[in-house]
Amino acid sequence: MTTATSKPEVGRDTTAEKEKWLHAYRQMVSIRLFEEQVNEVYTRALMPGLAHLYSGEEAVAVGICEALRVDDYITSTHRGHGHCLAKGASPDRMFAELLGKEAGYCRGKGGSMHIADPATGNLGANAIVGGSVGIATGAAFAAKNLGTDRVAVCFFGEGALGQGSLYEVMNLAQLWTLPVIYVCENNQYNEYTHFQETTAGTILGRATAFGIEAASVDGQDVRAVNEVASRLVKRARSGGGPAFLQCDTYRYSGHHVGDINREYYRSKQEEHLWKTDRDPIQVLTKWLIEQGYADPAWFDRITSEVRNTMEAAVKFAISAPYPSVDEVEKHVYA
Amino acid sequence: MPERELTFAQAVREALAEEMRRDSRVCILGEDVAEAGTPFKVLSGLVEEFGAKRVVDTPISEAGFTGVAVGAAMTGLRPVVDIMFGDFITLTMDQMVNQAAKAHYMSGGHWKVPMVMRTTLGATRRSAAQHSQSLHAWFSHVPGLKVVLPSTPYDAKGLLKAAIRDENPVVFFEDKMMYKLKGPVPEEDYTIPLGVADVKRAGDDITLVATSSMVQVALGAAILLEKVGISAEVVDPRTTWPLDEKTLIDSVKKTSRVIVLDEGYGRYGVTAELAAVIAEGAFYDLDAPVKRMGAMHVPIPFSPPLEDATVPTEQTVFDAAKAMCKPS
Repeated sequence: MTTATSKPEVGRDTTAEKEKWLHAYRQMVSIRLFEEQVNEVYTRALMPGLAHLYSGEEAVAVGICEALRVDDYITSTHRGHGHCLAKGASPDRMFAELLGKEAGYCRGKGGSMHIADPATGNLGANAIVGGSVGIATGAAFAAKNLGTDRVAVCFFGEGALGQGSLYEVMNLAQLWTLPVIYVCENNQYNEYTHFQETTAGTILGRATAFGIEAASVDGQDVRAVNEVASRLVKRARSGGGPAFLQCDTYRYSGHHVGDINREYYRSKQEEHLWKTDRDPIQVLTKWLIEQGYADPAWFDRITSEVRNTMEAAVKFAISAPYPSVDEVEKHVYA
Repeated sequence: MPERELTFAQAVREALAEEMRRDSRVCILGEDVAEAGTPFKVLSGLVEEFGAKRVVDTPISEAGFTGVAVGAAMTGLRPVVDIMFGDFITLTMDQMVNQAAKAHYMSGGHWKVPMVMRTTLGATRRSAAQHSQSLHAWFSHVPGLKVVLPSTPYDAKGLLKAAIRDENPVVFFEDKMMYKLKGPVPEEDYTIPLGVADVKRAGDDITLVATSSMVQVALGAAILLEKVGISAEVVDPRTTWPLDEKTLIDSVKKTSRVIVLDEGYGRYGVTAELAAVIAEGAFYDLDAPVKRMGAMHVPIPFSPPLEDATVPTEQTVFDAAKAMCKPS
């Protein structure tokens, strides 16, 4: 497993490094506080449908997306808020979408599990587990065919390892040397079942069987994720072909907000350990302080700013109008 | 100079070649589509002209390469996927139904999926239950997809060119028994808009609404009917969605009798929908109940006499129409 190097390198550009990780910190806090607001809005019964929170997994989305260009593609999952934000989505339009409002990214027609945004290369969150593996691979096929140097990242949870279509497209991607990165977010649980109960063999073995470049990384360490992602993205962009990255992480909440009594499938002690010892925001905080890149006042200020942004986004979404009913038949066909 | 004739297969190939020359974004993906030109040889010669980058042989992974086509269509290509037998669409269902059909709507109109799936339908090729079904009703049931059922070489070329130029996912069903059927096809560029029915033969006494393979059956039955003094009109919807309801209803209002013919299963199928549309639109003009004829509700059997019994024929359509027009 790859972990980030903590020793200062000789001659490194500390100003650029500092800016990069302060930005990454802000992105991770944005996701955490976005999800806090989702939880709040959902439990106040202001949000229709289901809410699958990304809290605990922030280092994966941010570590990967910070290695991408704005015109690179991503596909996301039912637990996709973090991916969308990390790729550049704005919280107000996201909250509007979550509440089914016309100002949302999908004019309210997609909701929490379907946020899509061409401007940030977001091909869409997908509510079928493994449902976007073809789309991401197809975007990589188009990039290669059209001669652009775009890269596609396919985010999926370890639950998608049970879907056969993943292996079909991984085979195609390797045969055709496509610029696609399969990012397996192993948050340990396929819904309410530990992944070891559903997954024979090893996760990486699935990729190496096709000859695909494969790596695993501590998904709670944004610097480690970013380091290996940057290498794999650079490799894909320069014609080196697909890659598979296993990010070991943890889902702080239940499968969805309503999944409260979880002890039949995981212990409170286990949750506590991940949240205290391996929290991705705390891991980065500790490193930033060690490097002298930020002091406690800076962290407080960022948290406060981000919280204000999220609260304003919620207010915007609550007061935004629903689409008019004649919208229901629009966009069935282009 | 006599009009040029092409086979149905040649018309499909010519449509693809013309669109690939016109638009460099059009590409083909499928099993044995390149050098082999598919088992039906419909695509022979295309890889030689357009190269392996645009006529792409895939592994036997229908879900995989259909999914790739969806993503490629969203990001700048106009893929045409080849699903060798219509029975194999089962393997592509999530990609077509949950992905291709919904991407435009779910994204609030932001993403588009301009792709075509070409596949086949039709029994009587002695291929048994997993290579003989006509499953176009399934895709016709899904909003976001368009479904095309050409019945002549002329229609095949014009409709396929329109399908490739369409901004939506279009499923194009070809009757595999019709590939050698010849008919006039102009050399010049033309398209046939999706959603416009065609009156294949005018008549006064009964309307035969027929799709795909059943159009030729209906035309044959009409000749038999003419010999007994019954004038049959044959109307081909050409697309099950969008559906040209007006042409169907207008014809039935004129003739007052109708048989709906489609090679798919009757139950919950295309004949059920067309019959309902006609009943709603022309009920007070009908002199007889709407009659439906489709494949029997059985898996298609292998044994030739059994298989032949499962689908409507010129004779069974003639008998049914005659009984409706001249009850004895």
